Amino acid sequence: MAVPINVDQDAPDERTRPAESGWAYERFVIGGSTLLAVLLLWEVFARSGLIDPLFISSPTRVAQAGFGLLQDSDFWNDLRVSGLEFLFGYGLAVAIAIPLGLAIGLSRRLQYMLSPFVDTLNAVPRVTLLPLIVIWAGIGIWSKVVVVFLGAVIPILVNTQSGVKASEARFIRVARSFSASRLKIFSSIVLPGTVPFVFTGLKYGAGRALLGVVVGELYASTAGIGHMIAAAGNTFQTDLVFFGVLIFMVTGLVVVALLDGLEQRFERWRPDVH
Amino acid sequence: MSTKQSFYLRHERAILGTVMVLMALLVWEGLERGWWADALHPILGESAERLQLERIFISSPTLVASAAFRMFFVTGEIWRDIAWSSLGYGLGLALAIAIGIPLGLAAGWYRRFSYAIDPFLSALNATPQVAFLPLIVVWVGTGLGARVLIIVLLAVLPIAINARAAVRITDPRLIKVAASFGAGDFRLFRTIILPSAVPFLLAGLRLAIGRGMIGVVVGEIYGSAAGIGAMISQAGSRFQTDKVFVGVLTIVAAGMILIEIVQHIERRVEAWHPPVQV
Amino acid sequence: MTPKLEAQDIRLDYFQPRTNTRLTALAGVNLQVMDGEFVSIVGPSGCGKTTFLSVVDGLITASAGRILVEGKVVTKPGPDRAVVFQDASLLPWRTVLGNVVYGLECIGTSKREAQTRAAHFIDMVGLAGFENHYPHELSGGMQQRVNLARALVMDPKILLMDEPFASLDAQTREAMQEELLRIWAKAGKTVLFVTHQIDEAIYLSDRVAVFSGRPGKVKEIITVSIERPRALGLKRDARFHAIEDRIWSLIDDDTDRSRHA
Repeated sequence: MAVPINVDQDAPDERTRPAESGWAYERFVIGGSTLLAVLLLWEVFARSGLIDPLFISSPTRVAQAGFGLLQDSDFWNDLRVSGLEFLFGYGLAVAIAIPLGLAIGLSRRLQYMLSPFVDTLNAVPRVTLLPLIVIWAGIGIWSKVVVVFLGAVIPILVNTQSGVKASEARFIRVARSFSASRLKIFSSIVLPGTVPFVFTGLKYGAGRALLGVVVGELYASTAGIGHMIAAAGNTFQTDLVFFGVLIFMVTGLVVVALLDGLEQRFERWRPDVH
Repeated sequence: MSTKQSFYLRHERAILGTVMVLMALLVWEGLERGWWADALHPILGESAERLQLERIFISSPTLVASAAFRMFFVTGEIWRDIAWSSLGYGLGLALAIAIGIPLGLAAGWYRRFSYAIDPFLSALNATPQVAFLPLIVVWVGTGLGARVLIIVLLAVLPIAINARAAVRITDPRLIKVAASFGAGDFRLFRTIILPSAVPFLLAGLRLAIGRGMIGVVVGEIYGSAAGIGAMISQAGSRFQTDKVFVGVLTIVAAGMILIEIVQHIERRVEAWHPPVQV
Repeated sequence: MTPKLEAQDIRLDYFQPRTNTRLTALAGVNLQVMDGEFVSIVGPSGCGKTTFLSVVDGLITASAGRILVEGKVVTKPGPDRAVVFQDASLLPWRTVLGNVVYGLECIGTSKREAQTRAAHFIDMVGLAGFENHYPHELSGGMQQRVNLARALVMDPKILLMDEPFASLDAQTREAMQEELLRIWAKAGKTVLFVTHQIDEAIYLSDRVAVFSGRPGKVKEIITVSIERPRALGLKRDARFHAIEDRIWSLIDDDTDRSRHA
């Protein structure tokens, strides 16, 4: 089955001295300690006054600012607005892209008809369409939903389509030899085989959806975390800016982790699922 | 099977695609000029008005084409913007390559180094990098520096991650062969790892090109006087929708040209290496 | 007596639009398989053995001729014939049990009945206890046994086997041949078996049909009158060698001819 390359798979480390053994948690220890070291250095730099904390803030100041925000009702509104933009746009994209991707994968005619539009949409950076989208949908929540939707719909569509096309002929042959109906072939062979591809698309799509929220809010908005970051940046409240970025970072990691977890449940049969 | 039928079947893809595109363009043009509104007026009455849209909302193929002609060949105003954007883009992409490739290769080669920087790469990858833009502006103000930095931030990840993957996935059998000939680390790297990494690097470059484009536009929209992104933003705020489209198409064309170039190189490399799926 | 399976003058022509040529894959194959018989087909590479099997199963439509099962013409795949492919092609997202019941699902058997029948055959092929394993956890030989169970559970009138042991190593292959005979004796099925390996064909079958080189036809049918049950040691028996030599010479003829053609 054609599967995207799993980057985390370690190729045999034969070029490193073979006597070198690692202990099981080496990865976490080294990664974790580097992270802590960087945070420590950052804090030290800020406190030493070598660089004006106004420019770089510091871990403690970011944390303090964060705590402060948690009590600010505006912050929760921003969170709600950005969250809604993400969920609506992404949800709509999933609801449209998966069925459409399946249809395009199954029908060559449909693929020929729609591929110019899909390819064009893929080639246009959504960012360039922002002025147009704002002309159409204003600066409220809906313009962001459109941007998020456009960003997520293409990867999900393209990957779902690839998944259908990758259905292995040998499995279809088995189904046909048991005189399976076309519907049965679709539900028992094509659909399960497409699942890994759909998840790849969902993950790419989630990243682009999140990007859409940020980009849309930076361009023109009245609320949202991106809006907060921009406003904080304008007033040199660097700690708030960092906190806002942190929120997006955490959201990104959480969404991917959730999708990974979901994928594990659906794909217990795969030997190499992370 | 008649010759007409077999002709159609052989070129079905191009024919269907072209027909759909032409139909879409016609519908678009008609929406702006009111063809459909006029045609359906006798049937739908007043509500047929809805089938004509203001040009500030949608423009039309002919308006966009004439604006393009003007901007490219009459006033030439767009060339300055292209040059401006290209400068930032070129610098940003070059820097991303210069940082990303060594970083990725090192991470692929030295396992421990990879463990060390992995949290940062993952964090950066999970974050919409554009969110860093206000921070970048705080540091270096608006201007060339900010634009270059945001492009670097966006483009460096696909390059580094692919470079790392390329080294990790090098066929261990080839390494065994080289080692059995007594090849030292450096020679091993130069003659085995690097050549086999090239297709991955090119695939990463293709991704970086697209993401860099986003950086160019975002950087300019946020604070620049010139450049395609700035032009789009200004035209948008003045409701000059035809110019906006021209800008969008220019960026798309530029991206396609660059990617085509990379794909051309990829095809020549592919002669000995099967295509890579990323 | 009506043969269980009969192929009447099967012809298969391919038309290649690009080069505008007609290729004859099967040039009038006639074959009868009686109830409970084990018949093998051997022949030089490219002679159309697998293609013929696909025609019998209904996956490919013949250009001329008919296939009859118990005297009735068949044109499409059906539950009366089940194929065991060379590639086990087990659906990776289903367990062993899920795979074995697949064919029954396709024809609408109730879940409970399907699972009961499946359990019986999973046990028959020696995989009791592996019902909830996924294909990637099984060896090649085990996967082929699941493949076999999947076909047997359909209770087909004819079992069609297309080089099912070709991708197994030599030892596993011999073990599977013995296994197959054991299962066949128990299940009492009529089998049409395609293989490259002559000793395998002789060991397993009552009769061996030797195909000629392309275009494919039945050149000669050889009866293997060695009594059953058969032990693997039989392959060193003199009678066995005699039949082997006979078949080899038939095939050599054709391979030579096609080489010099």
